[in-house]
Amino acid sequence: MADALKNKIADVFNEPACGTNVSKSEQQRKKGCAKPLTPGAAAGGCAFDGAKIALQPIVDAAHLVHAPLACEGNGWDNRGAASSGSELYRTGFTTDLGELDIVMGHGERKLYRSIRELVKTHNPPAIFVYSTCVPALIGDDIDAVCKAATEQFGTPCIPVNAPGYVGSKNLGNKLAGEALLDHVIGTIEPEEPSMYDVNIIGDYNLSGELWQVKPLFDKLGIRILGSITGDARYRQVAMAHRARVTMLVCSKALITLARKLEEQYDIPFFEGSFYGISDTSEALRTMCRMLVERGADAELLDRCEALIAEEEAKVWADLEAYRPRVEGKKVLLYTGGHKSWSVVAALQELGMEVIGTSVRKATDEDKERVKEIMQTDAHMFDNMAPKDMYRVLKDAEADVLMSGGRSQFVALKAKMPWVDVNQEKHEPYAGYMGMVDMVHAVDRALNNPMWEELRSPAPWDEPIDGANVLPAMSGHCPVTGVPAGPNSPVTLGGAGEDCAPEDSVDPAMAATKLADRFASSATDFEDC
Amino acid sequence: MAEIVHPKHALSTNPLKSSAPLGAALAYLGVESAVPLFHGSQGCTAFAMVHLVRHFKEAVPLQTTAMNEVSTILGGADQIEEAIENLIKKASPKFIGIASTALTETRGEDVPGELKEIIGRRTDFESTKIVYASTPDFNGGMEDGWARAVEAIVATLVPEVDPVQRNPDLRQVNLLAGSHLTPAEVEELVRMIRAFGLEPIVLPDLSSSLDGHVSDDWRGTSLGGTTLEDIEAMSRSAFTLAIGESMRGAATNLEARAFVPFRVFQSVTGLKPVDGFVRTLMELSGQSDAPPSLKRDRARLMDAALDAHFHTGKRPIAIGADPDLLYALSGCLAAMGAEIVTAVTTTPHSAVLEHVPAKEVVLGDLGDFERLAGEAGAEILITHSHGRHAAARLKLPLLRAGFPIFDRLGAQDICRVGYRGTRSFLYEIANIVQAQHHRARPDDFGAAPIEEEFDHVPHAQAS
Repeated sequence: MADALKNKIADVFNEPACGTNVSKSEQQRKKGCAKPLTPGAAAGGCAFDGAKIALQPIVDAAHLVHAPLACEGNGWDNRGAASSGSELYRTGFTTDLGELDIVMGHGERKLYRSIRELVKTHNPPAIFVYSTCVPALIGDDIDAVCKAATEQFGTPCIPVNAPGYVGSKNLGNKLAGEALLDHVIGTIEPEEPSMYDVNIIGDYNLSGELWQVKPLFDKLGIRILGSITGDARYRQVAMAHRARVTMLVCSKALITLARKLEEQYDIPFFEGSFYGISDTSEALRTMCRMLVERGADAELLDRCEALIAEEEAKVWADLEAYRPRVEGKKVLLYTGGHKSWSVVAALQELGMEVIGTSVRKATDEDKERVKEIMQTDAHMFDNMAPKDMYRVLKDAEADVLMSGGRSQFVALKAKMPWVDVNQEKHEPYAGYMGMVDMVHAVDRALNNPMWEELRSPAPWDEPIDGANVLPAMSGHCPVTGVPAGPNSPVTLGGAGEDCAPEDSVDPAMAATKLADRFASSATDFEDC
Repeated sequence: MAEIVHPKHALSTNPLKSSAPLGAALAYLGVESAVPLFHGSQGCTAFAMVHLVRHFKEAVPLQTTAMNEVSTILGGADQIEEAIENLIKKASPKFIGIASTALTETRGEDVPGELKEIIGRRTDFESTKIVYASTPDFNGGMEDGWARAVEAIVATLVPEVDPVQRNPDLRQVNLLAGSHLTPAEVEELVRMIRAFGLEPIVLPDLSSSLDGHVSDDWRGTSLGGTTLEDIEAMSRSAFTLAIGESMRGAATNLEARAFVPFRVFQSVTGLKPVDGFVRTLMELSGQSDAPPSLKRDRARLMDAALDAHFHTGKRPIAIGADPDLLYALSGCLAAMGAEIVTAVTTTPHSAVLEHVPAKEVVLGDLGDFERLAGEAGAEILITHSHGRHAAARLKLPLLRAGFPIFDRLGAQDICRVGYRGTRSFLYEIANIVQAQHHRARPDDFGAAPIEEEFDHVPHAQAS
């Protein structure tokens, strides 16, 4: 590993603003917060994946992946970060390194040529160049290529050094944040900075979640100056250093970026979330308070309270409509982090019973909140193996699973409703209106009449009524060659003596007899 | 005779290709109780898994040796051993298929050697069959990875037979299914083979593992596929039917090991290619006639061709796909009079490419596909779901074919092989043409619009 990258990783792991990190011993801290991965039992993306996730929502920039095919070929255009403008971020650009490029060491040259072609064909405001395992292994210097290309073509080329094998997605997030700090933030000055400019870090506007809370900001006259990186423009990110306050949205990964913005540019930050009603209100309150502390007009606080009161009243009224449809239903929540508790309150308020909530990736503070809200820690668990989850659902200990895509099929194959509450979901659940959408999704999943049909027995699950049995088939199927009746003759339970399919019965006779019993009636179609 | 063209750009825009290890993983998933294992960093696996899940809408067991920088440089044998151990502990699979990635191949490990040593030493791994295929991402695409995996399965699990001892079962045939066949297509071919009284062993058999079904339990392995017993029994088959040129290697291996003669069917889509397949089945089963259901299907296909040819004749079509799929679909369409104005493919390692009925076959990406299709005036695009962006920009209809198809349900049910599948394929194309509703207007022909004073509503308001 290049020394620069090694130092960078050591640096981002030593995060004084992170509570978990501070509580560690000196030695533990040195190891960093990445857990060693277990071969054969690892899940989740790599550092490159994490870096790409964090930066790709800069929608007007080009994202060029310097790698053999798989890194981009298997992964492009697979996230739901929404854009209100350019679609360039959805275009998959890669150097698609071939065997010869690697063996002959043509990687750097190919990258340079790729940048040249990209500038010529798309003329983006900036190009993010991602390093990956193979070029890192053979020693391609993407920093040097980016520097040369920036000078030559005048388009900022930002090297993102997060090859997959250095660690997890979380680390990749952090390294992406570092790339922004080193190369982007502070490079452009806003025309009219105001006292109401904020940064929002860690919201990627998945399915438009940022837009669910943006109306609240709009009403308060707060401008999202630096969006890192939901529906972001490159220039916006470059101006982030002029914001008055930073809000870090449910992201431990980018806390380093938030802290460094505070240290380098005096922008105070707070951690908040738009997931859940009380969280949204709390986030708005904190944001307004901090803006006022930094010089905004104090009347902002009153407007903020008025808005919260109005919105909360409205959302509870909207939610009330769902109560009769969801009351008494049992939910298994499998997400993690602060989501372990932030949606619990709303579900409980509507009379739903949360039978378990996972506290993976949750801090001690999160766990305390779970205990407080659920009044016991009996329902807290860390990980649940898919097999166990399948059993819990199959045995109907829960009525619905709310989780991320990974456990989707565990629920569905157990014929249980599932609601996606993780980042890959296709519906936005942020802010006040998002909570209504989420409960709507729960209702829609739970009360679909399909479940009852699917769980009802198959035709062969119940013994057939002996009275309606035709004699067993004999011989072989002419098409499939399958011999007749591995399960025949049918054993007759309590059948009338006249209809047992004895060998002596003439099939034709039996059929005629049965034809009487199967006489069609006008109501036939209603029976099925 | 198509010319193979390498575009002269360094930048790849919107990849058409899926990676070779992904192809290998998919092939391994066609074996019963299997877990594919990527020898690479965990991201390689995560991306491939998401890709597979989005296509099949199924949980896909796929694991990783979780290589980090240190293990990459020092060699990953320990990681492989640990991964196998953990997999056996967790999911007790009967089969583990290992695929290498660009990362481990760049370093250049002797995995077969290491694996031999591990398997020899670890007697506790005995109950699990372990197969390894070399599938670097930087060489070839999904079709190549699939082919390498099937070759590896044959080389490891089909016993070598002494030609003197060979005792073939004359009613049993092998069906080597190429990566371009969907579960429904495998099923259709099996149906046809069975119709002749022959019993096929399909390898890999996605039709029983990724066909999309609800099973009664939850397992961390593939839920179906070719059984290990059947793979062993392939050595006793009378004949091997290989579907897709990419399966030639595996068929050749099988012949070398067990003296099973083979025939490669580059395509089983279109009247003539299916006729060839049926002819072979007749010979193999010793029948001078075909089963009535099949004859009926052929009669229906002919009728479908008669109805569809109005829509396909001279129709300019652009196709982007792996070589086998490109050849099968373009051949069928060309035989229906369509013009393949753009053919883009992923990998040069295929002998069928020069037989694609197009002037040139471009080894490129969807960026090339979009540009060329636009320039050539294509009216229908055929490629996988990522082609949706090109389709939207070109304002052209997109027929989804290949992998991945993530924005439509039922990818596993698409069937474009055999008489039946070809028929439905012709209908698909003809219906797309008919869905492009174009009403002739006077200005199409340079005629002036009707005089405004004749119309009840003034023209400005009407439009």
